[in-house]
Amino acid sequence: MSSVSETKFETHEHDVLVIGAGGAGLRAAIEASAHGLSVGLVCKSLLGKAHTVMAEGGVAAALGYVEPKDNWKVHFRDTMKGGRYLNQWRMAQLHAMEAPDRVKELEEWGALFDRTADGRILQRNFGGHKYPRLAHVGDRTGLEMIRTLQQHGIHCGMKVYMECTVSRLLTDGHRIRGAFGYWRDSGRFVVFRAKAVVLATGGIGRCFRINSNSWECTGDGQALAYLAGAELMDMEFMQFHPTGMVWPPSVRGTLITEGVRGEGGTLRNKDAKRIMFGYIPDLYANETASTEEEADQWLRESTSGSASKARRTPDLLPRDIVARAIHTEVKSGRGSPHGGVFLDIHSRRSAEDIKRKLPAMYHQFKELGDVDITKESMEVGPTAHYTMGGIRVDPETQESRIKGLFAAGECAAGMHGANRLGGNSLSDLLVFGRIAGLHAAKAAKASEVMSLDAGEIEHAEREVLAPFERAEGPNPFLLHEDLKDKMQALVGIIRTEDDLKQGLAELDRLGAASARVKVDGNRHFNASWHQAIDMRNMLIVSEAMARAALTRKESRGGHAREDFPEMDKGHFSKVNVTLRKAAAGMQVEEVPLGDPPAEIRQILEES
Amino acid sequence: MSATAELRVYRGDQSGGELKPYTVETYPGMVVLDAIHDIQAKQEPTLAVRWNCKAGRCGSCSAEINGKPRLMCMTRMSHLEEGQPVTVVPMRSFPIVKDLVTDVSFNFEMAKKIPPFKPRPRDADGTWRMQQKDIDRIQEFRKCIECFLCQDVCHVVRDHQKTNFAGPRFLIHLATLDMHPLDTLDRRALVKDEFKIGYCNITKCCTEVCPESIHITDNGIIPLKERVADDFFDPVRWALDKVAGGPKKEKARLPLVSSGEPGSAPAGPKPTRE
Repeated sequence: MSSVSETKFETHEHDVLVIGAGGAGLRAAIEASAHGLSVGLVCKSLLGKAHTVMAEGGVAAALGYVEPKDNWKVHFRDTMKGGRYLNQWRMAQLHAMEAPDRVKELEEWGALFDRTADGRILQRNFGGHKYPRLAHVGDRTGLEMIRTLQQHGIHCGMKVYMECTVSRLLTDGHRIRGAFGYWRDSGRFVVFRAKAVVLATGGIGRCFRINSNSWECTGDGQALAYLAGAELMDMEFMQFHPTGMVWPPSVRGTLITEGVRGEGGTLRNKDAKRIMFGYIPDLYANETASTEEEADQWLRESTSGSASKARRTPDLLPRDIVARAIHTEVKSGRGSPHGGVFLDIHSRRSAEDIKRKLPAMYHQFKELGDVDITKESMEVGPTAHYTMGGIRVDPETQESRIKGLFAAGECAAGMHGANRLGGNSLSDLLVFGRIAGLHAAKAAKASEVMSLDAGEIEHAEREVLAPFERAEGPNPFLLHEDLKDKMQALVGIIRTEDDLKQGLAELDRLGAASARVKVDGNRHFNASWHQAIDMRNMLIVSEAMARAALTRKESRGGHAREDFPEMDKGHFSKVNVTLRKAAAGMQVEEVPLGDPPAEIRQILEES
Repeated sequence: MSATAELRVYRGDQSGGELKPYTVETYPGMVVLDAIHDIQAKQEPTLAVRWNCKAGRCGSCSAEINGKPRLMCMTRMSHLEEGQPVTVVPMRSFPIVKDLVTDVSFNFEMAKKIPPFKPRPRDADGTWRMQQKDIDRIQEFRKCIECFLCQDVCHVVRDHQKTNFAGPRFLIHLATLDMHPLDTLDRRALVKDEFKIGYCNITKCCTEVCPESIHITDNGIIPLKERVADDFFDPVRWALDKVAGGPKKEKARLPLVSSGEPGSAPAGPKPTRE
């Protein structure tokens, strides 16, 4: 579908352009292709390397194969509760209803999930999910999913642009018309003309010193949408996964799947005491075991497929609660030698079970940490993992306020509210990837090709070339290191007004430095140039996070304020914080959440 | 004064290049990719390297370290020979793009040529029943992270670029499809004639370098060779097929590849240097 065009750059034309080729992007591209449209899929890395590949524990879907009592309503209720009721209820509902079909569809495309004794998809326990719900493949579920989508997708007719970075969306202010970017290898510019664009660029973890994310997770989609005039929402909610590696320094932050606890692993402090019994919040008190005996009974029974009268182990409370518990233990001097706590699976499961159910964890600790997890405990601590916030979208269509611009997966907001349950990201990207692809296809069919504006393209070109033209300026790698330290210290797992204000001042300074950044060499696979361009995006999402965090004067889910430690039952339980680009800078607004209809309220009130 | 390590890293592109020496400070647990990043941040900002997950899951940071194809993120500096400089060069079977980055598009073109999975209808209750023991073997194959180190080390891929030999990674994918309990396509004629399984003479170099420890030859390529041999060269099987009206699976054909003729050969990897 390439065509010579009025631009001076290589130009491609598609009905639907998908930016990002993780799970959400691939699923959107597959859907749009199924409607017979010309689809382009752009990704910063090689196909199949996106961060979805790192997802470990499983994909949440109320299939009911292990626990027949499970259904979408229970999944919906768990999701809303986990999100502390700040979710867009309609997204959480669509997600819970459609996830089982999306998982079954992956089997149709060749995915091989672990099996139950009667040959169906096996499901495991995970934090915040009432029943065993996560379809999985050992601890490499994300790899299975991305490879399945990739192997199916490449036969659907889409054109894949690998190692290509989009630096600007092209719009007329209200409507999308394309995108501007560059090939990472040659540095040559490329223009895409599209009737609809789906952003599926994932997360923002690279803004933090200790994170579980790959270099790609720099908030590109969020920043591109913001610059194009779309709104961001819920940006204060950052998920710190409770269990990242803490030692050695080389792998600090690298993810350890919640599946370790799903398989029976327990968190202990330096005195070998199980910590989580001391951190059960009122919201979860009724459904959480109060003694070790009850927790172990529940684990035994729920994983053997028999109905358990015991309540769930507190080791599988939602991630925000577990992460803060670990943080508190460490701060109180009860942590492990390298500033984490202990995660013990070796005393709970046989070496054979551990190697079969958690092979990647076994391998990772053995190779990178010199720890044999079948014999010793792991040292773990919180790591920046996932952003609940992102681009504000219409719950039915995933369209942003820019017409023809859609978003799905981690870069979109609304589905998870204040905190995401483990396993809900893989189902999110399937469900909303498809919905975004579907509605982008509809939008493309209903619209004409827009002509491009040469001035807009020239502006985008000047912006990315500027770092080469300066005689001197800061090193983009060192600026990024600086940003990660400041975000970790000032906008991290526990926040205060003073810290956040100081954080904004630091971001201001870093923004000014970033505007003067200089890169050497030419455009041929120039990592420092790529870093300089990604910095703009990281600074935008960092500022959005700090401003939203300053606005929300309470603690809820992935946003904890030391100066407002309680969850507000009033004002802040009824609003989402949005951010939009205005002449005077970033404009913050609190928008009412809106009450769900009676039948949805009824589902939420059932237990 | 903290400890240091010496590296020699290939810098260059299609016009040529050389090994350049660098010194980095080391710290506990440091892997080769950390050292490369350190050089990039502090000494050579234009040094080109691919990476993503830094945990051995994505297969992006493949290179040859002290002559051996490995993932940079899973190679501990402390496990390499002490006192010797660590040599890092790009994969040799693929054309260089720049420094440690190679053009691996051959693999993506090959992937497109393989007729995709085509399942039998679902069971009456809407599920597909499969026993765990029946999928254990191919779940092993599906651990593949597409690092292409097996392709890099395979001497057939290196030496027979124009023969369209699929290489270990794609023979494993073909074995996965062949052994998938739900699949209905018979790709064995393609495995023999198009993907040239006969060229593999089982030196097991691929298995040796696989970071996922997949038994590529023993569990994948050899059984696939045997199945192909049974289908095409076993006279008893041939006679039975005649009587029974032929094999049950539908014969696969090469998918239409947008780049040209149906199933046209992807351009083979062209090493640019010795």
